[in-house]
Amino acid sequence: MADFRSRHIGITGDSQSVLLDRLGYDSLDALMDAAVPGGIRQGAFASRIPAAASEREALAELRALANENTVNRSLIGLGYYETVMPSVIKRNILENPSWYTAYTPYQPEISQGRLEALITFQTMVCDLTGMGTANAGMLDEASAAAEAMLMARRVSGNPSTTFLVDVDVFPQVRAVLETRAEPIGVTLRFVDFSTGDGAQAIADGAFGAYIQYPGASGRIRDIAGDLEAATAAGIVTVVGSDLLALTLLKSPGSMGADIVLGSSQRFGVPLGFGGPHSAFFAVKAGLERQMPGRLIGVSRDADGKPAYRLTLQAREQHIRREKATSNICTAQVLLAVLAAMYAVYHGPLGLRDIAVGVAERAARFARRAAAAGHTIVHDAFFDTVQVRVPGKAAALVATAHSNGVLIHLVDADTVQLSFDELSIGDATGILAGGDDNTLDPIFGLAPEQSTASPTLVDTAVPATFVRADDVLTHPVFHSYRSETAMMRFLKRLADKDYALDRGMIPLGSCTMKLNSATEMEAVTWREFGGLHPYAPVSDVGGYLLLISQLEEWLVELTGYDTISLQPNAGSQGELAGLLAIRGYHLSRGDAHRVTCIIPSSAHGTNAASAILAGMKVVVVACEENGDVDIADLNAKIEENRDTLAALMVTYPSTHGVYEHGIKTITAAVHDAGGQVYIDGANLNALLGYARYGDIGGDVSHLNLHKTFAIPHGGGGPGVGPVAAKAHLAPFLPGHPMAQAVNHPAFDSVTGKPGEFVHAGGPIAAAPFGSPSILPISWAYVRMLGSDGLRHATAAAVLSANYVAARLREHYPVLYSGENGLVAHECILDLRPLTAETGVTVDDVAKRLVDYGFHAPTMSFPVPGTLMVEPTESEDIGELDRFVEAMIGIKREAEAVARGEWPADDNPLVNAPHTAQSLLVGEWNHSYSREVAAYPWMSIDSDLPRTERMKYWPPVRRVDGAYGDRNLACACPDPSAFAD
Amino acid sequence: MSIPANLQYTSEHEWIRVEGNVAVVGITQYAADALGDIVYVDLPKAGTTISAGAIVGEAESTKSVGELFAPVSGDIVEANQAVIDSPELVNSDPYGAGWLFSVNFSSIGAVMSADDYEAMIAE
Repeated sequence: MADFRSRHIGITGDSQSVLLDRLGYDSLDALMDAAVPGGIRQGAFASRIPAAASEREALAELRALANENTVNRSLIGLGYYETVMPSVIKRNILENPSWYTAYTPYQPEISQGRLEALITFQTMVCDLTGMGTANAGMLDEASAAAEAMLMARRVSGNPSTTFLVDVDVFPQVRAVLETRAEPIGVTLRFVDFSTGDGAQAIADGAFGAYIQYPGASGRIRDIAGDLEAATAAGIVTVVGSDLLALTLLKSPGSMGADIVLGSSQRFGVPLGFGGPHSAFFAVKAGLERQMPGRLIGVSRDADGKPAYRLTLQAREQHIRREKATSNICTAQVLLAVLAAMYAVYHGPLGLRDIAVGVAERAARFARRAAAAGHTIVHDAFFDTVQVRVPGKAAALVATAHSNGVLIHLVDADTVQLSFDELSIGDATGILAGGDDNTLDPIFGLAPEQSTASPTLVDTAVPATFVRADDVLTHPVFHSYRSETAMMRFLKRLADKDYALDRGMIPLGSCTMKLNSATEMEAVTWREFGGLHPYAPVSDVGGYLLLISQLEEWLVELTGYDTISLQPNAGSQGELAGLLAIRGYHLSRGDAHRVTCIIPSSAHGTNAASAILAGMKVVVVACEENGDVDIADLNAKIEENRDTLAALMVTYPSTHGVYEHGIKTITAAVHDAGGQVYIDGANLNALLGYARYGDIGGDVSHLNLHKTFAIPHGGGGPGVGPVAAKAHLAPFLPGHPMAQAVNHPAFDSVTGKPGEFVHAGGPIAAAPFGSPSILPISWAYVRMLGSDGLRHATAAAVLSANYVAARLREHYPVLYSGENGLVAHECILDLRPLTAETGVTVDDVAKRLVDYGFHAPTMSFPVPGTLMVEPTESEDIGELDRFVEAMIGIKREAEAVARGEWPADDNPLVNAPHTAQSLLVGEWNHSYSREVAAYPWMSIDSDLPRTERMKYWPPVRRVDGAYGDRNLACACPDPSAFAD
Repeated sequence: MSIPANLQYTSEHEWIRVEGNVAVVGITQYAADALGDIVYVDLPKAGTTISAGAIVGEAESTKSVGELFAPVSGDIVEANQAVIDSPELVNSDPYGAGWLFSVNFSSIGAVMSADDYEAMIAE
């Protein structure tokens, strides 16, 4: 049986020799010796990473870990609710690589399927919240609340630094707001808006106010007056809400909210011990251009037909860097798609039935609990019931737990239960009675027959709060009720898109490697998916073991002492790391250390994160070859010696080069009292060969969705753990509800709690971020082992250098290290070609679609270039096909330059070509249809062509400026697509 | 590259045309070309008091965001609604229909002649 390594790495055996021959090296070791500077190579150490397991073995171990978890019935709520993922959605999206292996839809022509799914999500959110425009999702509810706070400050024009927060908000929202407010000089004022305090706080002044509706306590309260008073006082109003509740309740938009946000988890997405889930974020008309995150819009293609695209994508961190007002550059696309399709599947009436069913179970419980002598705290509620049990709350929670039910302990006298889709019992059979069988004995309730077909009058939602407007009226929410129709709809969307299941996605800095089926296996296991993020520690032993092992492995691989898996994206890891640096300096009385030096070549997110960590950005120049200009660095350090907080540097550099001076750089920063943040975006070129902790890093974030095989999901989920040296451990993100504060929770050798306690504020809503996708990275490391990880690095470097070597004579390769070698990616300079032929980076990227490829990264880090990262997972045939396509495009460009094709009518400027554009109407172009759609037929090649299916883009080139000027961010009427 | 001789220019690639107490402000063709397709402008509201050198707005294109600096001190008379509605006017007619805002000014910041501006961008 072949080992997993040979499944994961595309270049093996004979093909490895072919590639090495081309580069003039006789072994992989010789290549890596030449590529990786000797001065940074890691030494020998005792490893805790076990030898590589087979796929079966890894699954058996994961099964054993899963069995250490106990899935009790969770009624904890607090933004996380049990829900039923329809099987048709699970099989056709969550378990379908066409969806989960796609990249962020920056190339709209090959992403129309998920863009359509995301605009469906936006339409759903707009309808339910009653707002003007919704974005395509945020990382989680608590970070969305922080983004709303930032946006409120930006748009209010109000000089106040106070942000009002209602006391009836989820504890995790409160905690994350506290983490995020202080570094940027915002004062949080917690106010009980249900009393007169709200009016006083508004009168005292603030730039924004956050109110939750329904409240964390379950209470439904009329917030229209609060919103009106706040608005009148120039305060931007933010409402945290719940999509299922909003199928019944009057929308916050109708009450005048400026921003509405919440989680879409309960629309069919498993609890997953906290994530990943997609938050939602919507604004009233007029504020859409100020909104953080990604926005899908409708534009038009070259034929004038409607086409979707990411709109306003050039803004924020891509171009604003230190002027950015948010560091968000990713979302939770796969999870937003799941939630949107849940709404498509159920439709407005189905969702309402679920909501009424949930509310009826809550009301029924409250009525019977009251009859049994308990005091119900609130009269008006949707799904959440607070019960007063003086002095007995803890005992009751414990009794419930021992009976298999988790309820929330509010305080010593109060418990709280949130009912959900699982509460809706069937009339007969093993699901009859919903939660009655377990709850009745715990609370001493008298058995009662279930209500057959409940209606609103059977709930505790007062009639005055019930919404009367029609929602989800678009046909997409009415057309796919049968499973056959639903299955075909999902297939149709998936078929429009280009994901790793079609071919290579050579996106530089994105590391689109294999996401293996075995790694994905455990994601949908109930033992990992069914746990509430605040479940008691005794229920989550398997998770804590898995997380502990992964922490130990990642710490060892990076040369750090401790790691937090909490951040939900690289950007959040950056922020957590910088906040740790900030906390460290403050603890030493160095409050004046606020300067963060960032190279000009850095990803824009670095600067944005530094600003949000309360730092001041100083940019250091880069040399011609992309390396940090050490003379300028020394000058900048000298100028800012007293205030130096940190240097943020990416290694290998964003130019894909192993900089030789890295240790000089880190030493200079340390000498001046600064801390070194090494951005781990390019870790895939280093793993097994060098460690950030050994080359002077104090803290780094990793991207498990790049280096450690978590799929990109079409633009999220991600995991951006932050790893650090011991002195920063106390300032890494903690969490008020964490089941274990020690890291690792269990030491794998001693079994005792690890030595590091993370005591900083939380950066994410859940203590361990997005745990349900951690089994993917766990399996990746477990099945490759240290040797396999090292081999994967070498194979990635080999592939990148092979592509560079073969394309160098056609396109200049910008930047290489000593020996002329690149790291794991190479930058192809298209500027000479553009100057000679007029053919642009855009033309080449779109023409690659006709050849059947996803474009490489465009114009980052250098405008007018393409950055290619083939990863270790592609085989020689795919690499060669890509190289031939690039050479073919070069020849086509030369033909344009020679005048064989007009500059305004050639296969490049007209790319990509749809089937319709070839077949319908007259063909009046200067080149043939065959050249348009099957360009490789004219290339003289020995490569087998039968292996690849022709990929047909569903739209022609999408007009970016038109979409940005004419924002339209909800599903268009079907008539827009009529021919 | 059009650089009308009757206008005054700033080092931030803005032009002003003085009509009595009012200065009309826009960005140069050089700046508009450099930004590319402009998709959105954020302009100061009428009545706002601005001071020369301060950031008063933004011009956003498909590839960049450029900040607008006040070339004069004074009170905004009008923001060009036509440009707010159709930002592409800045690309197609930067010195005419693509003007950005007008100011009832009290003083003018550092400006240069068309010739000097041409020399500056030639560097």
